Amino acid sequence: MLPRSETGLATAQPLTLDGITHSYGGGLAVDNVTLEVKGGEFVALLGPSGCGKTTLLRIVAGFIEQGNGKIIIGDRPIDTLPPSKREIGIVFQNYALFPHMTVTQNIAYGLAARGESRKLQEERVAEMLAIVQLETLADRKPRQLSGGQQQRVALARALAIRPRILLLDEPFAALDKNLRLDMQIEIKRLQRQFALTAIMVTHDQDEAMAIADRIAVMSQGRIEQLGTPVQIYDEPASLFVNGFIGSSNLLAGTVEAATAEGYRVALSTSTSWTVPSRQNFAPGAPVLVSVRPEQMTLADEAGEGRFPVSLKLSLPIGGELIHDVTAPDGTSLKVAVPRRPGVASSRAETAFCALADHARPSLFAKP
Amino acid sequence: MAGAAIAAAGGSAPGDRVEWRLAAPLGLTYLVFFAAPFAILLGISFYADAEQTRLGLDSWTKFYGDAFYLKVIFDTLKLGLFAVAATTLLAYPLALVFRASGPKLQRLLIFIILMPLLTSVVIRTFAWIVILAREGVVNQTLMGLGLTAAPLNLLQTELGLVIALTQIEMPLMLLPLLTIMNQMDQNLVDASRALGASKWRTFFKVVLPLTLPGWIAGATLVFASATTAFISQSVIGGARLVYLPALIWQQSTVVYNWPFAAVASLTLLFTVLAGIMALGWLGRFAKTN
Repeated sequence: MLPRSETGLATAQPLTLDGITHSYGGGLAVDNVTLEVKGGEFVALLGPSGCGKTTLLRIVAGFIEQGNGKIIIGDRPIDTLPPSKREIGIVFQNYALFPHMTVTQNIAYGLAARGESRKLQEERVAEMLAIVQLETLADRKPRQLSGGQQQRVALARALAIRPRILLLDEPFAALDKNLRLDMQIEIKRLQRQFALTAIMVTHDQDEAMAIADRIAVMSQGRIEQLGTPVQIYDEPASLFVNGFIGSSNLLAGTVEAATAEGYRVALSTSTSWTVPSRQNFAPGAPVLVSVRPEQMTLADEAGEGRFPVSLKLSLPIGGELIHDVTAPDGTSLKVAVPRRPGVASSRAETAFCALADHARPSLFAKP
Repeated sequence: MAGAAIAAAGGSAPGDRVEWRLAAPLGLTYLVFFAAPFAILLGISFYADAEQTRLGLDSWTKFYGDAFYLKVIFDTLKLGLFAVAATTLLAYPLALVFRASGPKLQRLLIFIILMPLLTSVVIRTFAWIVILAREGVVNQTLMGLGLTAAPLNLLQTELGLVIALTQIEMPLMLLPLLTIMNQMDQNLVDASRALGASKWRTFFKVVLPLTLPGWIAGATLVFASATTAFISQSVIGGARLVYLPALIWQQSTVVYNWPFAAVASLTLLFTVLAGIMALGWLGRFAKTN
């Protein structure tokens, strides 16, 4: 039996994926993925479609048998267990509520399948309905519910069996934009309340940033980078992660020399910046410097580390003003600056582009 | 029949703004060649004698007062139910295999399933005579294996007829069932498994209820065509087994008792309709549950 705390909830179980490899018809869908999720941690698998994140999730759930590798929950390998014995709660993108059953029957389904008594089923269903605040809709069929309500039923159904791990497959993709934040908060709340280890698959970086403790950015079946949302955003490990997370400007350049603060890079825009990096670059190496739009600024006068740009377009987006500018060498850049009330565009047609204070550019070898 | 099956499966209410004139060509054809003859048939059934000189309910009372004819009705119904049961038991496992197959294998399976339809019923029925006869393939194999000393009587038995009808009617059960089986969301099956349900529980609690409309469509078609399968019933069942279609043929073209044949025809029609309505009722019952 699992260790249970006084509230009847299992203590959060760590999940370990050890060298998971899986191929479909010749192509590698998941390529030697190793991932350790701590008990009670929320990890997002983030990547474009076809990167293997959904395959990985289905392997954990037991719907697909991996070609190679081990899955361990707590200290017990679950590779040989069928999905029905893995004690994993899963919420599908389309919720997959049983359309011929009421909300109550849906939530009780897993309990009935486990042979729990009718009394326990009723108690647990009432408890789950209260937790997701759907008491009044207990006798409705899924098609009579809104998208957000359906998702709450799907969550209640998955959590009713007191799973050891919660898997979420693109849980917000089918929801209206306005509802997403509410549901993100709701899921995070339930995950904490039930002390659950959770894995979410998503292609939406904002979702991953908002909800996950750590993000695993995936590409071509591999984990490109694993880290906290801030690490992933501020210190992308590869050009792919850099491009996939947030928007960024890429400036071509050549390494001039290594200094105490970082590498001095001569940019194609005829200026030079000093960029810190953990990677090693030889002098003369062609590189790309990546800067987030909000870490650049526009100045009126020329100066150290500044290069002239011509302003093409200014977009007032909420509290920010996004300038589309072009450097003399033709490089197109986006610069985001805080917008002062009443200001809708820039005042001048030429300006000087520079790094903002505390800017943290990244350095990548030119592919 | 097919219309009733589709209504049972889909069950959408017709809109108010239907362009009824589109249905006029077929509607008029039905009126002239179905509704009118049906009215005539109904009229003929109320003649008391074979020469149609005297009106009366004699044909009806003779038919429904005779244990022999009641048994014919009962046997016809039973044949339909057996055919539905046999096709169901074979079709569901195949439909599950079909669902789990890749697109290439699915195309091959569809081809194999549809192949019988490319051959005429008469030829398929005569093929079964060769297989089921006393010196046919089945008996020779059984005797060769020493499983039976004397050849089994398969022809002119209900068992032989059900076997043949099962093969002949199989595509009618499979096509609607495969369609609905393929449409069912795999996530529902996965959700059931992840919630702790065994494969059997998943089948009975999720797959079966959700594919019931397809089964009802298939069962309706199989029931309707098995009970009215004049050729198969006559050729394999022979003279020993009498079903309503053969009775109608005999009364109308051999005995020339048209009023009696009309009563038998209407009985067959209502027998089939009752079966279809029972299946439709089952569908509604399943939906509300």
